[in-house]
Amino acid sequence: MTDFLNVLALLSNFAIVPGLAYGSQLALGALGVTLVYGVLRFSNFAHGETMSFGAMATILVTWALQARGISLGPLPTALLALPVGIAITIGLCLVTDRLVYRYYRQEKTQPVTYLIVSVGLMFLLGGLIRFIIGPNDQVFNDGTRFILKAGTFKAMTGLDQGLAIKTSQSITVVTAVIIVCVLFWFLNKTRAGKSMRAYSDNEDLALLSGINPERVVMVTWIITGALACIAGTLYGLDKSYKPFTFLQLLLPIFASAIVGGIGNPFGAIAGGFVIAFSELFVTFAYKKVLAYLLPSGFAPDGLVQLLSTDYKFAVSFMILVIVLLIKPTGLFSGRTL
Amino acid sequence: MTPRIKHLSLFSIMMMLLIMVGLIQSWNVALTILNLCLISAIMTLGVNIQWGYAGLFNAGVMGFTALGGLAAILVSVPPVPEAWQAGGSRTILGLCFGGISIGIAVVTWLKTANWGKKRYWLTGAVVAAGYAVMRVTVDPGIAAIEAVEPAKTGFLGGFGLPILFSWLVGGAFAAGAAWVVGKIALGLRSDYLAIATLGISEIIIYFLKNEDWLTRGVKNVNGLARPVPYEIDLQSAVWVQTWAERLGIPVIEASSIVVKLSYAALFLSVLLVVFWLSETALKSPWGRMMRAIRDNEIAASAMGKDITWRHLQVFVLGSAVIGIAGAMLTTLDGQFTPASYQPLRFTFLIWVMVIVGGSGNNLGSVIGGFVIWFFWIEAEPIGLALMDLITAGMDTDSALRHHLMENAAHMRLMTMGLVLLLALRFAPQGLIPEGKR
Repeated sequence: MTDFLNVLALLSNFAIVPGLAYGSQLALGALGVTLVYGVLRFSNFAHGETMSFGAMATILVTWALQARGISLGPLPTALLALPVGIAITIGLCLVTDRLVYRYYRQEKTQPVTYLIVSVGLMFLLGGLIRFIIGPNDQVFNDGTRFILKAGTFKAMTGLDQGLAIKTSQSITVVTAVIIVCVLFWFLNKTRAGKSMRAYSDNEDLALLSGINPERVVMVTWIITGALACIAGTLYGLDKSYKPFTFLQLLLPIFASAIVGGIGNPFGAIAGGFVIAFSELFVTFAYKKVLAYLLPSGFAPDGLVQLLSTDYKFAVSFMILVIVLLIKPTGLFSGRTL
Repeated sequence: MTPRIKHLSLFSIMMMLLIMVGLIQSWNVALTILNLCLISAIMTLGVNIQWGYAGLFNAGVMGFTALGGLAAILVSVPPVPEAWQAGGSRTILGLCFGGISIGIAVVTWLKTANWGKKRYWLTGAVVAAGYAVMRVTVDPGIAAIEAVEPAKTGFLGGFGLPILFSWLVGGAFAAGAAWVVGKIALGLRSDYLAIATLGISEIIIYFLKNEDWLTRGVKNVNGLARPVPYEIDLQSAVWVQTWAERLGIPVIEASSIVVKLSYAALFLSVLLVVFWLSETALKSPWGRMMRAIRDNEIAASAMGKDITWRHLQVFVLGSAVIGIAGAMLTTLDGQFTPASYQPLRFTFLIWVMVIVGGSGNNLGSVIGGFVIWFFWIEAEPIGLALMDLITAGMDTDSALRHHLMENAAHMRLMTMGLVLLLALRFAPQGLIPEGKR
């Protein structure tokens, strides 16, 4: 029994708790991609850099607050800076839409042109971000680091394995839950949300019933900007902020959106957790787990790792491939063209 | 202005720019730029085959380039007998097991089409068992190989053949990878190909960085054999000495100019062959069919064309050309450094070249490759000078000035992004438009 509890603590510490946090971050990112896809009908390659931009804006505001000696006590100051960061990111999304995407919308260009345009924007933003904050690692997480320390957990339960929960992890999960609830309330109960869903379902019918497309697009960008900034900041709080990681995050985010069914918000959330947990469980070293579960003397020598940690991004790709081969519409049947 | 005169003037302006670099900076720099311009032009032709002929968006140019680089080391590096002895056969055997189990899995999948849910479990079990067998066989082999003098070798080495062969092998590697990706992602929505290629290219780079037994990983492979003479040998050659004397330049510089010129001749001949082949293909019935598919898929499929198969064909061909260019690039560098593969440099920049040059037009792609590479290289000194000018009024030790100067290098990224957006918006046809046929 103790062995089993130890295994549980071990898995929680190294896979389940980090997975919940990472999954929430991916889910928030994938929600942004999926909303843009549903309404504007293209895969937004610039989303990763938008997240990065949002995180950068939040970091800059955080630094300004810290310089004035303002803090949130045990919570990271970044939470206080987040609303300003969100506002800046929304501004960025609206400006890029006005300057870049609107022209192609009026021209009714093919989705693949949008794709290239978003790639161009991705690099423009990437350059801008590196120009402003530099390419290096930025740590901006302050406040208490852990809400549950491994030592405290061991003392509490008397187990050999510790379980640590970082403040940033719990903040991530709580924020994600709140954001998702607000988003679904918005999409299902408010007029603007309903018009967005109508527009996404059937553009012509929505136009006939008097929905203003420009307004729908604007609302979409506002939500996308807010989601991107929150996702980017949470990721930065949890790991650390490095501009180049956001290009690599693009693949898991797209995979999450596609696995759940692109264009489907519920699918994006599910997809985020599917990707996060598979990434962690596939690259998890099962040596200690087996040592507890197998009779003594049978413990393996190697790490018993299915795939080395360096390949964690390959996991999301493999899941993407499996989904594309078996069910291209995704688990929750998103839209297909 | 007729098109012919326009093309000629574009190319002569380009040549004049290179000559100016030669006169102002040095001929060595000018030739280095020219060599990379030629390679870029070949890559651009490859992407143009995919995008210009068929409208396929390949976001993984970097990965196919890197596969070409892998071919260069596998072909040219002499084999490491100790490593082969230590774990070679075991590793190869394990990889064969892996290949066989993939084959069995595919057969299982195809043969069980109406088995319902059992199909997934059965195929999954086959894959898992195959993977386990492969790992158990391969892992000790790899460990043994990597333990052989890790500081010097620690990998299997290659076949010790002339490096020129690797250009073809690189094309084949890239074509193989493209076939797999295309098989999965083509025929679905157009975005899926972009996302899948983005993914595969990242994974190829991770693979090259981590599989030390094959590529030495981040330890790099240096000193690849060259297809052209070495500077040291040239410096003692009489004809180089007299030539240098006549031109009044140091022998060392003359020898490196000769080396670069020989590379340029090799690259130019490949470029001409690829260009001629792509032009011929474009003008042939096959090319007309590809453009018909690109312009109206529904009409083309109504005429009985198998769109997915044709897309796969053109995707594989384009990727092969990119792979060839990748092998050429590693040949020119003389070393294989997996960490140097950046999506910005190898995927995005090539796309800027295609769009600016003129998608669908091979001549446009070539000039796009030349122009963008030229400005990509020369943007750095220009950007620094510009930043210096802008910040000239500030205090020498002002923090803002310091920050701006330090990050001026990232201006290139922004500039290229801006160039792409502006080109797409205001000149989507590019420098040399596709034109009517």
